[in-house]
Amino acid sequence: MDPYAALPFPETAFALTLVLLLLAPLAIAGVALINTGLGRARSAAQSLLGSLVIVAVAVIVFALIGATFAYPPVGYLFQIAGKPWNWIGHGHFALSGLGAESVETQLGILFEFLAVAFAVIIAWGSGADRWRIAAGAAAAAILAAIVFPLLAYWVWGTGWLAQLGLNFALGQGFLDGGGASLVHVLGGLSALVVVWIAGPRKGKFPREGLSTAMPGHNAVYVLFGCLLALVGWLAWNMAGAILWLNITPTALPVIAIDTLLSAAGALAATFAITRIRFGKPDASLCANGWLAGLVTSSACASIATPVEALIAGIVAGIITPVFVELLELALSIDDPSGAISVHAVSGIWGLIAAGIFSSAPGQLIAQLVGIATLLGLILPLVYLLFWLLNRVLPFRVEADGERIGMDLHELGGGAYPEFVIHRDDSYR
Amino acid sequence: MKNAGLLVMPAGFFLAVAAIVLFSSPAPRAIFVLSGLIVELIGLTVAVRAHLASRGEK
Repeated sequence: MDPYAALPFPETAFALTLVLLLLAPLAIAGVALINTGLGRARSAAQSLLGSLVIVAVAVIVFALIGATFAYPPVGYLFQIAGKPWNWIGHGHFALSGLGAESVETQLGILFEFLAVAFAVIIAWGSGADRWRIAAGAAAAAILAAIVFPLLAYWVWGTGWLAQLGLNFALGQGFLDGGGASLVHVLGGLSALVVVWIAGPRKGKFPREGLSTAMPGHNAVYVLFGCLLALVGWLAWNMAGAILWLNITPTALPVIAIDTLLSAAGALAATFAITRIRFGKPDASLCANGWLAGLVTSSACASIATPVEALIAGIVAGIITPVFVELLELALSIDDPSGAISVHAVSGIWGLIAAGIFSSAPGQLIAQLVGIATLLGLILPLVYLLFWLLNRVLPFRVEADGERIGMDLHELGGGAYPEFVIHRDDSYR
Repeated sequence: MKNAGLLVMPAGFFLAVAAIVLFSSPAPRAIFVLSGLIVELIGLTVAVRAHLASRGEK
């Protein structure tokens, strides 16, 4: 039996997966809305337009360059200790011949288009109020052309991480049906690099005393974005389970329940922690907790039982507010959207949880090898690429642009022209 | 120092990959993969501390 042979893909599964993939962009819309709401009023239009621009650039670059390396079932490999290491795919350039591929391949590529759009939008929120659209689009192009295709082939294709089970008897290989690694951890680590390179917002960390609180300008956007993201996430996790884990449609209700329980557990935990910590629940941290639960579910919803998914979500809801505070207060990292804690930290936790909850021997080690790849290889690679890009196309806007707001500086008009936007007190 | 920290991190990755190639039994594999992750976290800590130090100089 050929272990790489494709499983039969019935028409009902095709129709179901296509419908799920048409709902999945709601997760991206939700995160874009959350990013906008967590930024300042004077940068709101730039934030949403920037989301559209970087998604557009990412999908175009992925179509022309990235998809060639990301999906194909064949790839370049080398041998170490008698084992094949598939490290990069080689397919048709610029999606030529896509129509002749199997329906499963076409759906897989559609999923990857959505995934690359999601991955690039995550870091955009962390650079809010200071990251220029042109630089954001260029960074998205780099991720879509180089970094994401590598990870997509390794995790979802026939790359070496996916084959850890076959070659080294490590469970079923690195498992990540919902894209916790190549969407969320990649996005969260990119956010860390952007924050390192662009620096904090002006006045965020005064020379003396605690950091300045810069709350998001619209809690309704943030919380409605959470509800929107839930719909997209349910579809996302179910479609990913069908396409990448070969799960039958009869198992999908449990995946949906796991996704919901993970988000609910995380929100409940964050709500309780902020209630105890601050005396009242914090809306933006609760939103971060909800998202962290969804991110965790991306990794483990297709593996865990409902109770295990609830436990994973509760843990995510506990660690997220802790990391948000740690990054801001102890490490002076200005991350307006909390993407590093929500997407990178919770994504890593979800991948570990998937290993813990799996019954396959060696699965936890396979998950840890995947995490080691993300931290040890992908983070330095993204830093190097973004550092070089910053030399050519500076990430940070000029001081005057930051003072008047990104809307006026980059777009020439504000998102709320009939309202007075407060001046920046940090420029007194 | 930030660059030094980021340069240490790939060493942790190669340690984790070497573990699955060199060992076949689960215990040594797990120990070496965890060691690789610890090396990566040390590199990340150095990079984050360098970020803190550079902010203090400004």
